[in-house]
Amino acid sequence: MKFAVISFPGSNCDWDMYYAINDALGQEADMVRSDETNLDQYDGVLIPGGFSYGDYLRSGAIARFAPAMQAVKKMAEAGKPVLGVCNGFQILVEAGLLPGSLQNNTSMEFISDWAPLKVVNNQTMFTNGYAKDETITIPIAHGEGNYYCDDETLKQLQANHQIVFTYEDNPNGSRNNIAGVTNQAGNVLGMMPHPERAVESILGGTDGLTLFKSILNQVRS
Amino acid sequence: MQKQVELTPEAIRDQKVYRDWGLTDGEYDLIATKLLQRLPNFTETGLYSGMWSEHCSYKNSKPILRKFWTKGSRVIQGPGEGAGVLDINDGQAVVFKAESHNHPSFVEPYEGAATGVGGIIRDIFSMGAKPIASLDSLRFGELTNPKNRFLLDKVVAGIAGYGNCIGIPTVGGEISFDQCYDGNPLVNVMCVGIMDQKDIEAGRAHGTGNSIIYVGAKTGRDGINGATFASSQFSKEEESDRSAVQVGDPFMEKLLVDACLEITHHHSDILVGIQDMGAAGLVSSSAEMAAKANSGVDLNLDLVPQREPGMTPYEIMLSESQERMLLCVKQGHEQTVLDVFEKYGLDAVVIGSVNDDGQYRLSQHGEVVCDIPTRTLVDDVPEYTHPLVEPARFKQDVDPFIPEFADLGKLVNQMLGQATIASKQSVYQQYDSRVQANTVLAPGSDSAVVRIRGTKKSLAMTTDCNARYIYLDPFQGGQIAVAEAARNIVASGAIPIGITDCLNFGNPDDPESYFEMSKSAEGIAKACEQFDAPVIGGNVSLYNETDNQAIYPTPLIGMVGLIEDNQFITRSSAKQGDELVYVLGATFDDYSGSEIQKMLAGKISGKIEHFDLATEATNQKLVHEAIVKHLVDSVHDVSEGGVIVTLLETLFDNELGFNGQTDLTREQLFSETQSRFVITVARQNQAAFEQLVGGHATMLGTTTDDVQLDLKLSNDHLKLDVNEMKQTWKEGLSWLMKSKV
Repeated sequence: MKFAVISFPGSNCDWDMYYAINDALGQEADMVRSDETNLDQYDGVLIPGGFSYGDYLRSGAIARFAPAMQAVKKMAEAGKPVLGVCNGFQILVEAGLLPGSLQNNTSMEFISDWAPLKVVNNQTMFTNGYAKDETITIPIAHGEGNYYCDDETLKQLQANHQIVFTYEDNPNGSRNNIAGVTNQAGNVLGMMPHPERAVESILGGTDGLTLFKSILNQVRS
Repeated sequence: MQKQVELTPEAIRDQKVYRDWGLTDGEYDLIATKLLQRLPNFTETGLYSGMWSEHCSYKNSKPILRKFWTKGSRVIQGPGEGAGVLDINDGQAVVFKAESHNHPSFVEPYEGAATGVGGIIRDIFSMGAKPIASLDSLRFGELTNPKNRFLLDKVVAGIAGYGNCIGIPTVGGEISFDQCYDGNPLVNVMCVGIMDQKDIEAGRAHGTGNSIIYVGAKTGRDGINGATFASSQFSKEEESDRSAVQVGDPFMEKLLVDACLEITHHHSDILVGIQDMGAAGLVSSSAEMAAKANSGVDLNLDLVPQREPGMTPYEIMLSESQERMLLCVKQGHEQTVLDVFEKYGLDAVVIGSVNDDGQYRLSQHGEVVCDIPTRTLVDDVPEYTHPLVEPARFKQDVDPFIPEFADLGKLVNQMLGQATIASKQSVYQQYDSRVQANTVLAPGSDSAVVRIRGTKKSLAMTTDCNARYIYLDPFQGGQIAVAEAARNIVASGAIPIGITDCLNFGNPDDPESYFEMSKSAEGIAKACEQFDAPVIGGNVSLYNETDNQAIYPTPLIGMVGLIEDNQFITRSSAKQGDELVYVLGATFDDYSGSEIQKMLAGKISGKIEHFDLATEATNQKLVHEAIVKHLVDSVHDVSEGGVIVTLLETLFDNELGFNGQTDLTREQLFSETQSRFVITVARQNQAAFEQLVGGHATMLGTTTDDVQLDLKLSNDHLKLDVNEMKQTWKEGLSWLMKSKV
């Protein structure tokens, strides 16, 4: 399986994502600059964390206009897997590919820690390797990870089983402890925790690797 | 901001204006009568003031720095370049350096700390290395003073704001608190990078006609003559110096790192030299690059990218605007380099060229505004050896301090809540410690461990300096600072390979302060040789005095160790119940400069006793052997707070209890005798471990699953709820930060 890792100016988890795929998962990932307009040769897209364009206006607000985002939309519409992590999640939200928004953590401070998550929905192409309601532990590192959506959106998210991960111990004030959501079709996932940092036991755990393996399972079946 | 009025050379001489810029009468005379044999103009006087400041020239500290041991079999690049370089086998090298940003952080803590991080990162990638980790060593006055709470809060936010954005994990460091830092907080930042040895770059500009290329952010009026500012004492009127602090842009620096590494890795054939524009900005980078190559440069200041109109040559040359680099590129190949920077959206401009007459020549608006021999800026700086006087406090006989207290359990609880002892989690959780996905041991460990991807090797790194010991005994304290750093490195499974230092001291003109500098440097040098850890770079920060109140002498040690095989990586937390707990190293009644002394007596005093480098080396060697033979489950070095704090920290992570008995007295639980470790060992390794360590370790007891501590002492019986202690320790700093004392 071949992934594109979209590298924006200011992305800083792009190589982490690249190595997670190439080394830990044993699949192929290319580093693709955000001014690339064609992603047709890829089976999936990974939008990494970081501070795209410095995040000076609002996280992800400038990155959504990058040329590659049109191609990402096309991939999303075609039902291919699109994963946005941390800043990638913020970009997907800004681009309108996912509902809701991400605000400052309630502490108003950046938080870097290991976060226990509950797998609320294990029926997605990103979570089929986990057990339902399983607790997994994945690192978080963000200043604006406080997920917000209005009541109506929340109802829809719940009704469509779009809430995939929730925090066991809400670190940032996210509504309903939401840590990760998909689009309605289920092929676009945005999450604040970093699965690409939990793919080797030497780094403290492999719970994130299961997410990438899940994508592979889905595509293969 | 003070308006720049360009005085005539005669007016500068007659009104002695150079004094305001930090040049002495003797220095000005040397320039005018001997080096130039004419009066320097306004711009030239400004350039000398920046380049001859302590911050750039080390004119007061060079005799001290020469004491350091800088050789060693792994040294590829010692002091003198952007950063030192050590061989870590397999054709790879580690590059590291520490730098202080004390003065700016006091005036403007967020930007001061942020730009401190940015500056040291540039030193690393200018060598051609990829920055892989940074560490911060911070010192503040007591948190009972609201100003110190403000400084801590903003400094941490500045480090986080810059470090998190740029994507270099902040993996460690330390923070401690003493009243002497009240008017002079210390913000020392260390950055570590790795590279292939073949990619090493140097800050040199040679080859007549080769181009000087300016890259990165535009030059503004921020931080003008900051090097001179950093080399002077503060007084209460310091607020007027705010314009001497720069403003950082980590996004710009991220682009700069990526672009410069692309040049050094893919176009090294046309790159002659590269250096960052740090202290004294454009003048220091260009003059140092040229002086090192015995050449000169011609620069056209009209071509320098400028953020504001109407900047004078003085302002352009001495601005310390951040995120700028200077490159020397082979003539005819400029476009290749400009194209790379354009791809990253960065300004890159040819601003001049290397000349063969050795002159440092600047022009603006078609006129030559400076024309002086380059070496006079860099090589002709006078060097000062200051008189030494042993401080009076060493001659006074002080009765040895013995802690006196009623309730041992309460005292332990109180100790865990002290600012210096309490967990720093509330600070380091604001730092992204895992970006780049190589962090094995994150902040909170004895030393941070970062693995080198694609190999079985890791690097261990730590910063250390217990300044209280150096205040009481500079020579022994200097040795202890290195020994403690090495202890941290060894505890994580590594062997020390080298150090960088930040020498934070008071005013060198004070003979007692100079004595402290000199003696602590001798102590550091001696210990470095013992541990085979040469000094490969660092910086000096003098004049850390406000209204004549000096800091404790604080020569920070930043040490790096090599872990040859990742299976040796060792944690400081016991894994489970029923592990045997040992103390390796003898315990004496050592309370001088200890946390317990500070807590109970309110100040420190006394003599440093029982420290011996040979014992330290023996104990470290035993620990390393035990780790390599897989005999231990955890190793934690004993430092501030003594064995009881170390033991509890060993239990906290996995919420374990402890049951044991010892000949130690209850007072000795807080003794800070050096050269000790708390080690846990699985039962099946007991015989092999005891055979290896012989009489050097004594068993204290065993870990238990019940989260209670029960320790019988020779004169007391300590019972504690470990989770209650953990809460005090974990929340201690937050409570102090929120206190409204």
